[in-house]
Amino acid sequence: MDMGSILLNSSLQWVLFSTTILGIAAGTIGCLAYWKKQSLLSDSLAHAALPGVVIAYLMLGEKNLIIMIIGAGISALLGAYFIHFIQSSTRIKEDTAMGMILSVFFGFGIMLLTIVNRTAGGNQSGLDSFIFGQAAAMVQSDVVTMFCLTSVVILIVFIGFKEWKLYLFDPNFAKGLGLSLKWMNGIYMTIFVTTIVVGIQAVGVILIAALIIIPSVSARYWTHSFKTMILLSAIMGGISGALGTFISALGSSWPTGPFIVLFAAALFIISLLFGKEHGLLIQYIQRKRHKRLVGFHANNIRLKTKEVE
Amino acid sequence: MSDIVLKVGNLAAAYRKNTVLENVSFEINSGSLTGIVGPNGAGKSTLMKTMLNLHPSLQGTVSFFHSSLEKMKKRIGYVPQRGSVDWDFPTDALDVVTMGLYGQVGWFKRASSAHKRKAYEALEKMGMADYANRQISQLSGGQQQRVFLARALVQEADLYFMDEPLAGVDAATERAIMKTLQELKSIGKTVLVVHHDLQTVTDYYDHVLFLNRTVIAHGKTKEVFTRNNIAKTYGGDIRWLGEENGYGLYPVK
Repeated sequence: MDMGSILLNSSLQWVLFSTTILGIAAGTIGCLAYWKKQSLLSDSLAHAALPGVVIAYLMLGEKNLIIMIIGAGISALLGAYFIHFIQSSTRIKEDTAMGMILSVFFGFGIMLLTIVNRTAGGNQSGLDSFIFGQAAAMVQSDVVTMFCLTSVVILIVFIGFKEWKLYLFDPNFAKGLGLSLKWMNGIYMTIFVTTIVVGIQAVGVILIAALIIIPSVSARYWTHSFKTMILLSAIMGGISGALGTFISALGSSWPTGPFIVLFAAALFIISLLFGKEHGLLIQYIQRKRHKRLVGFHANNIRLKTKEVE
Repeated sequence: MSDIVLKVGNLAAAYRKNTVLENVSFEINSGSLTGIVGPNGAGKSTLMKTMLNLHPSLQGTVSFFHSSLEKMKKRIGYVPQRGSVDWDFPTDALDVVTMGLYGQVGWFKRASSAHKRKAYEALEKMGMADYANRQISQLSGGQQQRVFLARALVQEADLYFMDEPLAGVDAATERAIMKTLQELKSIGKTVLVVHHDLQTVTDYYDHVLFLNRTVIAHGKTKEVFTRNNIAKTYGGDIRWLGEENGYGLYPVK
């Protein structure tokens, strides 16, 4: 198959469309997570979602994306609850708690997956694709589900943009103004987990966090405005999603997640090097210019002292 | 003009196992400018946060304007410690001040240009007009504090809580901030300030509240700002510079 005919393939068009909008949602929610200092939490919750996916499959006996998303969501929220519980009622710090929950839940998920794969017909379940992601395995109803959920996430961030900004910058002040932190935390956690779990079929539990974390960091290198940061992050997430899916569709049963993440990483490297806000190149140029100015002044002073002598 | 605007009764609060505040009771009259002083760990910030329900209380009551915090929220302004937010957040000074107007703008609505103008005027008042479009990460500590104060001003509250507004600011900013607080007082607003520098208490505040886990003394600065009360609050050895006979030592009684 050549590239042109791949692009004309209508089922691929749908898949491309859905991973693009997934990337947009992940980039958007990633900005919120970035300023809530919870980027890494997305990774823990994605891993924690795996047992839920497998248990949902076991209970249903077949693949049904909506049910599996619900299973993944419950499992991820349980993980989030445990992380919160461990850090608030023991002396264990957040990073350790996240590491514990991530590995324990993921290990449990892999164990369940092994059991499913050993059962008759289980290895045809396609559950393995939830680990590294297989966008091409998505059927049209999956695409519709993903499109609807991600659109809701994007819409929620968009409508409450001003409120999100206040909530992220200064939650105590927000509370003083009458913004309910309980509600904001609840909504944030819901759209955060939703974005993670709708993405795991296409990108996989291991790598979906990268699609949330990387675009926001890249966007940070281009702007000093929260609004622009969210927009850029969404665009970069969308581009990564689209390009990654397209490349993975060129081969047979190539995983989608790694390609999406590689494109996100490439955009990050470009941002790191050429970003106009503290990008490495601009920093180098500025330092050089300052050095020259300081040298120039020093020279002037030296010349003047000579004249006096 | 001596209506009680804040009444705290038997308030207690804790962090994990340690009780930070116990049996805290006092009343604040309207139009007063009160400095809350006490040593590190005395619970000054915790008291403010507990009164405003930003930290859970173990017991006790707090009433604002003879009513509850929930009902009087719009009349209360809070200036948190500068270090409580991440100044690397991508926004400018004007935008931060505009946040003080969000209650008036209404949730899920956009701030109008009239709101922006109001925010700009508050910045102007704090001598920060030139920095309105400056990234907040590029402001100095004193400038950040002025932005926070401007944000509180636009709220047009009647009762202000300020958590160490003078911490780590230069002399010019300290003067600007104190001038603003005096102005607020002169138009009948009530202000409570967590304060660190004992030397300036008599110049700055008409009332003082000594706090060390509980209220040690509270009243007009002229009457309660005594060595005895300072020694009781800070405990141990308080050395007095400028004493007629050199150093004096005031141990706890």
